[in-house]
Amino acid sequence: MADVKKIATRESYGNALAELGDKYDKLVVLDADLAAATKTGIFKKKFPDRHFDCGIAESNMMSVAAGMAATGLIPFASTFAMFAAGRAFEQVRNSIGYPHLNVKIGATHAGISVGEDGATHQCNEDIALMRTIPGMTVINPADDTEARAAVEAAILHEGPVYMRFGRLAAPVINDPATYKFELGKGVQLRDGKDIAIFATGLMVGEAIEAAKTLADEGIDAAVINIHTIKPIDEDIIVKNAQKCGVVLTVEEHSIIGGLGSAVADVLTAKCPTKQFRIGVNDEFGHSGPAVDLLKEFGLCAENIVAKAKEAVKAK
Amino acid sequence: MDATLKKQLEITATKVRLGIIEGVYNAKSGHPGGSLSIADLLTYLYFAKLNVYPDKPDEASRDRFVLSKGHTAPALYSTLAQKGFFPEDELKSLRHIGALLQGHPCIHIPGVDMSSGSLGQGVSVAAGMALSAKYQGADYKVYTVLGDGEIQEGQVWEASMFAAHYKLDNLVMIVDNNGLQIDGKVSDVMSPYPIVDKFKAFGLHVIEADAHDFDSLDKAFNEAETVCGQPTVIVMKSTKGKGVSFMEDNVSWHGTAPNAEQYAQAVEELTAHLKELEG
Repeated sequence: MADVKKIATRESYGNALAELGDKYDKLVVLDADLAAATKTGIFKKKFPDRHFDCGIAESNMMSVAAGMAATGLIPFASTFAMFAAGRAFEQVRNSIGYPHLNVKIGATHAGISVGEDGATHQCNEDIALMRTIPGMTVINPADDTEARAAVEAAILHEGPVYMRFGRLAAPVINDPATYKFELGKGVQLRDGKDIAIFATGLMVGEAIEAAKTLADEGIDAAVINIHTIKPIDEDIIVKNAQKCGVVLTVEEHSIIGGLGSAVADVLTAKCPTKQFRIGVNDEFGHSGPAVDLLKEFGLCAENIVAKAKEAVKAK
Repeated sequence: MDATLKKQLEITATKVRLGIIEGVYNAKSGHPGGSLSIADLLTYLYFAKLNVYPDKPDEASRDRFVLSKGHTAPALYSTLAQKGFFPEDELKSLRHIGALLQGHPCIHIPGVDMSSGSLGQGVSVAAGMALSAKYQGADYKVYTVLGDGEIQEGQVWEASMFAAHYKLDNLVMIVDNNGLQIDGKVSDVMSPYPIVDKFKAFGLHVIEADAHDFDSLDKAFNEAETVCGQPTVIVMKSTKGKGVSFMEDNVSWHGTAPNAEQYAQAVEELTAHLKELEG
């Protein structure tokens, strides 16, 4: 994929905010001393009066955002996923979720691809935490095109939204000229009959690569991008599971509580199907270059191919 | 303060106290002590200070009130009922299944500007509302009440730093300093003292007041309106359980409902006081 354009979705987030600032005058941005890393600094440069630094105090920031939303603004509260979903979980639940306020949470540096900073900053639990909050929409975009579209979709959606962005540059897989983001809808990237691979975020690109290799080896894999983890697209899950008879979920998140769990929730109720999972197993990450870590933890096309073969055999 | 208004406030505050007892007794649970300690304050705010409209509870220009010490919801509900946001009868179904009035304040209740109850969060929400007003050029004010135990929460100090940094002079925080929390005296559990010096060090304008003297409250809130470029905190000395003899300054009434006998005695005392005031 050497000639494919790569952009980190955190960069897409910052650019989208700056672009959409003109169109939506109620949009304001909060950050917690990480504007350079979350890329809200791009927005700050263009709209200095609409960007509010809260200092290193994420709990306060989430409740402040709630107060701003309760008085008519559309605040984007931005920090690393670890602090947005982890440290400030209870503020997100009680100040934002319970009153169902129109706060958008921009969580960057999600997953193990944070890299060198190590386990304290590699948040593999945020999807699990956020999807338990009633009324919370959870979006994990795969690339630049999808991330930008997701930001505008979040603005147009009335209610709290959690958006997950990555630090590592991700290949652009969606054509910005034709791509249309539909909140709560999965995207069928490839039809197949042997196995249904449901991927989210950074793993979507890997799943596409894996499907090509699998095709070369005679396995016809469907690839579905699940960008909205909640509410999840039940129809696309059931349809592909029925057709393929075995399912593989792939996510850069703990195998507990994320995409794999969300898909399993649908399958057990509507279409019991054997499911295999790729994700971060029940363990912490550690320091290292992101690309090496992804390989080490099996979050790569090679491992998807291996797991898919195992799954097809087990049908 | 004008003597007629003061008398009227004293009458209303006694009715608010009766409503608190009615609500907590019928709920068979809740927090009467800290509700009674802010009854005079809420009466003052809703009947002498806040621009609010019971017939238009969502009016955008209204002043905002956040009960950061959300467990004292019975005081807020009783005050809102007196003000006409909903019928007083609702107090009897407080905390019941299907009732309008939830155990802690809920944004969907007419007159309630924010859900609250998890301590330390309401003050940040209030700061967000105040910053939002500044940003949007709105001239409403934001008031929030914290418990003296609540200020043990670190988020209160994050919010104080934030409010001072953004010069939120449209925000007034009130600390209900009744000296007691669930496990005992605040000074024994985890001393927040010196409260005044701490808020001063965080860049707030601090005013001390007597929570049960309307002249003292009036003076404090009027002074708060003259402050420019910084938020105000009014640290008001109060008596937990104020107005019901056997509940006063007694920590066991933090989160306990009265039994039938105690309920009857509390109502008798407050009714007698009301008759005295109404002459």
